[in-house]
Amino acid sequence: AYLPLPGDARSQVVTLIPGDGIGPEVTKAVVDVVAAMQAPITWERFDYLSGSEETASGSVPRTSVPKEVLDSIRRNGVCLKGTLFTPLNKENTNTQSLNVQLRKDLDLHVNVVHGFTIPGVPTRYRDLDIVVIRENTEGEYSGLEHEVVEGVVESLKVITYEKSLRTAQYAFEFAYLNHRKKVSAIHKANIMKLGDGMFLKACREVARNFPNIQYEEVIVDNTCMQLVNKPQQFDVMVTPNLYGNLVSNVVAGLCGGFGVVPGGNIGDGVAVFEQGARHVAKDLAGAGVANPTATLLSTAMLLRHLKLAGFADRLEAAVLKVYTDCDKAAITPDVGGTGTLLRFTEAVARNLQE
Amino acid sequence: ASMTRGFASKSFEATLFPGDGIGPEIAASVREIFVAARIPVVWDEQHIGKTPDPRTNSMVTRENLDSVLKHKIGLKGPMATPIGKGFRSLNLTLRKELDLYANVRPCFNIPGYKTRYDGINLVTVRENTEGEYSGLEHEVVPGVVESLKIITRKASSRIAEFAFAYARENNRSKVTAVHKANIMKKADGLFLECCREVSAKYGDIKYEEVIVDNACMQLVSNPLQFDVLVMPNLYGDIISDLCAGLVGGLGVTPSMNIGMNGLALAEAVHGTAPDIAGKNKANPTALLLSSAMMLRHLGRRQEGDNIQNAVLGVIAEGKYRTADLGGNATTSDFTKAVIDKLE
Ligand SMILES: Nc1ncnc2c1ncn2[C@@H]1O[C@H](COP(=O)(O)OP(=O)(O)OP(=O)(O)O)[C@@H](O)[C@H]1O
Ligand SMILES: Nc1ncnc2c1ncn2[C@@H]1O[C@H](COP(=O)(O)OP(=O)(O)OP(=O)(O)O)[C@@H](O)[C@H]1O
Ligand SMILES: [Mg+2]
Ligand SMILES: [Mg+2]
Repeated sequence: AYLPLPGDARSQVVTLIPGDGIGPEVTKAVVDVVAAMQAPITWERFDYLSGSEETASGSVPRTSVPKEVLDSIRRNGVCLKGTLFTPLNKENTNTQSLNVQLRKDLDLHVNVVHGFTIPGVPTRYRDLDIVVIRENTEGEYSGLEHEVVEGVVESLKVITYEKSLRTAQYAFEFAYLNHRKKVSAIHKANIMKLGDGMFLKACREVARNFPNIQYEEVIVDNTCMQLVNKPQQFDVMVTPNLYGNLVSNVVAGLCGGFGVVPGGNIGDGVAVFEQGARHVAKDLAGAGVANPTATLLSTAMLLRHLKLAGFADRLEAAVLKVYTDCDKAAITPDVGGTGTLLRFTEAVARNLQE
Repeated sequence: ASMTRGFASKSFEATLFPGDGIGPEIAASVREIFVAARIPVVWDEQHIGKTPDPRTNSMVTRENLDSVLKHKIGLKGPMATPIGKGFRSLNLTLRKELDLYANVRPCFNIPGYKTRYDGINLVTVRENTEGEYSGLEHEVVPGVVESLKIITRKASSRIAEFAFAYARENNRSKVTAVHKANIMKKADGLFLECCREVSAKYGDIKYEEVIVDNACMQLVSNPLQFDVLVMPNLYGDIISDLCAGLVGGLGVTPSMNIGMNGLALAEAVHGTAPDIAGKNKANPTALLLSSAMMLRHLGRRQEGDNIQNAVLGVIAEGKYRTADLGGNATTSDFTKAVIDKLE
């Protein structure tokens, strides 16, 4: 293959946050597979980082992301992460989830979730290929809340023109560069006239610069109804934070669940890749049956981000082949198999050798 | 709190808003079927005004509201959204004036009408008065908007109480509270706290909590695990439409709004379908199933079941289906077929 620059074959350092729940298992699968294909990646690991800290009074939310972790991601520019578990705790409602803090600290302003049906994964629809581009740092995730009087809580949703514009810009550029035809802006501007209205204003502004990409606006409740009825109508979706969270999970559900849908968070000069539907899955933790597909496909996105397209293609092909091979014993129970995470990872490694 | 009231056999009065577009046709279908089923209803037919009523600052007139307040029960067809500024929307007026705090939508597969999902039988209960729909918004500085979401103990306890009581009365075994308390720790945290408190009084009903994004994922991949879902306003709006989508859309989904002291307004939540209005093509299913909910709410369970079974029976047989369900029956054909199926 063409080599852009001498020295590009050198190993690149990537921050690795295994996280909580199934995170350590699925990221271990990534480390093993990346090693098996001898991709030029060196991991800088933060194994101890969890969303909670154990104290005498139980598990409490960690209050901030340690500086060395943020420094590492900034230095390396790229990170792979599992979800961090933030305990719900009445005494500490001022602390935001560590996942959210990390996104805010690094200003990872968009979240990209790529939902596509994988042949061999049981789904109700075929041939879906939907990309959700979501504002990732503001909106309902502002963390600004207070109890006005006993029994009355106010929670602030903040929408800024600047972030809306950045998200919309990313969505249209993404659509343009990936030969996509349509961008749908998802909103509830009939109710949140100013907030979601501002988001739409930004989308319209950007849409004008991309006359060859069809632009439409769909109200979020209708979007969800359409998604379960006629999902093929959607191509690229651009959304404020919370709607994006819901819509991307619906899309994930349609494509086989949160075990198979990849995603990433993109900022200026930094990118953090993780499952598209970000869940800790505490119930599955340690059982060895978590599906590493989503995280492996997110790793393919990561490799592409590092301009290691050849490795990305090989990894993707090796993962998808496990499904088209139709060996139930090699795939995990969430997608109808009888296998384990280990069996799946071995199958991927085997496919890579062929 | 018991939500059903009244006693069968006795005749009763109810408000009927036929609505716009296909509304009058599907309302006529309900009327005919009620007569054939010998349901002793006296309809008080009401029409929304053509110009705003200064007493309500809305197209909904004082007489409209008084009718529902008097009978405490009503059935509403689809209404066109009047265009114009400076007066309140129909829904908002009805909700505020009648204090309709809960929206209930049973979602089940219509036998014989295939969708990608099977065996669904769940109910969404949506808080209808606060949350993200507070209407409180302002532009702090140019380019920065704040919208307020309000969660109160009062409204949260009231909706939780309704959901559990509904579950018990309808022989349902589980209530799932849907929330995003990992992010909105105080607001959704308060909602959950209220749900937990109420659940403690209902030992016979299972209680669980699911984060809204996970709920979305689960609903499209494994919806059979759910029974009754209770949610704050916005999640309820989104998830109730999502669930309707699972079973074929708003054209076949019944809905009822609950107010204080047992007041209830059942409604078809689909649109006015102006393209087929007046052509005898409309599907009255959603309004008929809503009317069945209304009857059950009045304690007239048998009458409600009779109508529902007849409607579902006709659709299942497949001989008389309207165009939206892939058939070519007219509204009158369908209505007659339902009448023939009544007990
Ligand atoms: N206390 C918790 N209880 C249950 N699940 C949790 C908890 N904390 C985190 N999770 C899981 O991890 C996911 C990420 O949670 P977190 O609050 O950190 O970020 P998030 O903003 O909700 O992420 P996203 O918006 O992508 O869902 C949640 O959606 C949930 O599945
Ligand atoms: N400014 C407002 N403040 C408070 N409530 C409002 C406001 N505007 C609308 N509502 C209420 O919110 C609910 C939903 O409004 P609307 O019908 O416009 O949205 P929707 O998504 O179509 O809802 P639904 O799906 O339930 O029909 C209605 O009960 C309506 O009365
Ligand atoms: Mg809605
Ligand atoms: Mg609506």
